[in-house]
Amino acid sequence: MSALRIEGLTVSIGAGPATADIVDDVSLTLERGKILGLVGESGSGKSMTSLAAMGLLPKPGPRIRAGRVMLDGADVTQLEPWQRVEAGHGAMSMIFQEPMTSLNPVRRVGDQIVEAVRVRERVGAREATDRARELLELVRIPDAELQLSAFPHQLSGGMRQRVMIAIALAGRPQVLIADEPTTALDVTVQFQILGLLRELCNALDMAVLFITHDMGVIAQLADRVAVMYAGRIVENAPARELFAAPSHPYSRALMACMPIRGVGAHRLRTIPGQAPRAGSVKAGCAFAARCPDVRDSCRTVTLTRFDIAADHDALCAFPVTDGRPL
Amino acid sequence: MSGRTILSVEGLQMGFDVRRGGKRVRVQAVDDVSLSLAEGEVLGIVGESGCGKTTVGRSIMRLAEPQGGKVLFRGNDVLAANGKNLDELRLNIRMVFQDPYASLNPRRTIADSIAEAGDINGTFKDRADRDGQIAASLSAVGLDQSFAARYPHELSGGQRQRVGIARAILPVPAIVIADEPVSALDVSIQAQVLNLLMDLRETLKLSMIFISHDIGVIGYVSDRLVVMYRGRVVETGGTNSILEYPAHPYTRALLAAVPRPDPSLRIVGTIPVGEPPSQFSRLVGCPYASRCPLVSQQCKTEAPQLRPLKTDGPLIACHNV
Repeated sequence: MSALRIEGLTVSIGAGPATADIVDDVSLTLERGKILGLVGESGSGKSMTSLAAMGLLPKPGPRIRAGRVMLDGADVTQLEPWQRVEAGHGAMSMIFQEPMTSLNPVRRVGDQIVEAVRVRERVGAREATDRARELLELVRIPDAELQLSAFPHQLSGGMRQRVMIAIALAGRPQVLIADEPTTALDVTVQFQILGLLRELCNALDMAVLFITHDMGVIAQLADRVAVMYAGRIVENAPARELFAAPSHPYSRALMACMPIRGVGAHRLRTIPGQAPRAGSVKAGCAFAARCPDVRDSCRTVTLTRFDIAADHDALCAFPVTDGRPL
Repeated sequence: MSGRTILSVEGLQMGFDVRRGGKRVRVQAVDDVSLSLAEGEVLGIVGESGCGKTTVGRSIMRLAEPQGGKVLFRGNDVLAANGKNLDELRLNIRMVFQDPYASLNPRRTIADSIAEAGDINGTFKDRADRDGQIAASLSAVGLDQSFAARYPHELSGGQRQRVGIARAILPVPAIVIADEPVSALDVSIQAQVLNLLMDLRETLKLSMIFISHDIGVIGYVSDRLVVMYRGRVVETGGTNSILEYPAHPYTRALLAAVPRPDPSLRIVGTIPVGEPPSQFSRLVGCPYASRCPLVSQQCKTEAPQLRPLKTDGPLIACHNV
């Protein structure tokens, strides 16, 4: 059974004729021990998707208009995070881009982990502290005992993100959502955090949803990839297949415009114009205005998923299926 | 590409005093950095956060006042310039900043922001000349004339960065220092802005210093590279030779850690270890010693000097390569 299923999730803002679906009919399946990469540019709706799945949509504002979030077989779509805990559903945790804004600057790291432990488990102070130390060791923080009494500002960016991961793991989650957790880090540190996430995913048999705008990071980490554009999943495939034979023109364009080292002499390919805000394109394909393969019908068509292979589909009327180079 | 040297930096030293736990501590942001920029060349400065790359750029502009070393622009001493000389210098060396949201005044129109350097220095003949030059600058960066009367909040990130570039080329300078100009932009917009910078380099015959933490981006635009670590230059040379045969252990780690968009090239193993040492501890020996796989006793006591590995090859600062 999948750890988390998101089925036809639609998140809307505004009312009446001004309603805009900022997340539009998104379906994702997360399996234990696997990493699903969700990739897209800013404003594509990837963070809103994850907040909706967590039950953390800001209020008032966006609301779930349709679809379900199934956690470990139970429908948790309308439950607040605390209600999920009380109902005994499997735990879900989330880590964010900037650990400094998620950590309390005036409380010691150890206390913050202990707090997270005791929200979930009825344990005494000493036992909770032991568990906090174990968690710091689990995320490979050197001198765990010593670091328990450190304040967040005394740690480097990479160490802070490790502390955030330790807090996220305190509830023994079966689903971990990581929203751009390495974007603010240096590449050598990013490399270590990516390695850590893979290791934890395997060791704890967690399902991980990894959100990023970086195709390189996705290629390094993800087992499956969902590409998001203007609120919709436009392509969904196993990572190897997506990178070997991308089908949606947007996925292809994203890969083509990356500067890859050593190729300096030629001009970079670009995607003309800019991404529309999610929900702003009311008819036809949202990528039509920027698509190199656009045809007249794309501006009016009602898109349906095109099955490229057994577990590979694209939301495109004319996907690339002949494996031609980018 | 080997034109005359237009800018040279020699032995630059820049430290900041910060308060840390009630004590004053000196952070040596830039430690004995030398580099040179040839006419028409793009020099890339690459390194991770805190390595001093931005401080080098700011020192050249005199936005930071270095404590030691020399900066020569066409043979003139930049660090001694003042008054009119400094104004003229800053017309010739211009900067494009990372954050296009923070670097434009929200209360001024795009036209006024673009024309500011010209207005201050009286380089416009009259109103019509000013309007004409603003129009030319906008079209050079691919924005249509309607942008002149708009305000920054009406623009997207990519458009704002184009405005930042339009401002840096009016009047046309000799050198543009671009400090992480695409880091805040989405990938698809990054490519547009990088292409634009490379086009302008050709048409306006610009020399450029391109500062970035992203070795993919910087490898794409630069003719030569300077790799910095904790305030020092650890490797410098032609971009292609460094990317193909990185010699310094840090350069190798940096390159190995870049995520490549190909799942069959997954990074396995543990190339870079640890994290940069605290900026507040005094540095003895090689700055990379605490993370280096090749570290020896000598590295902990004696700072390595830049030396060529082979004639005309890149220079590296390492005892053990």
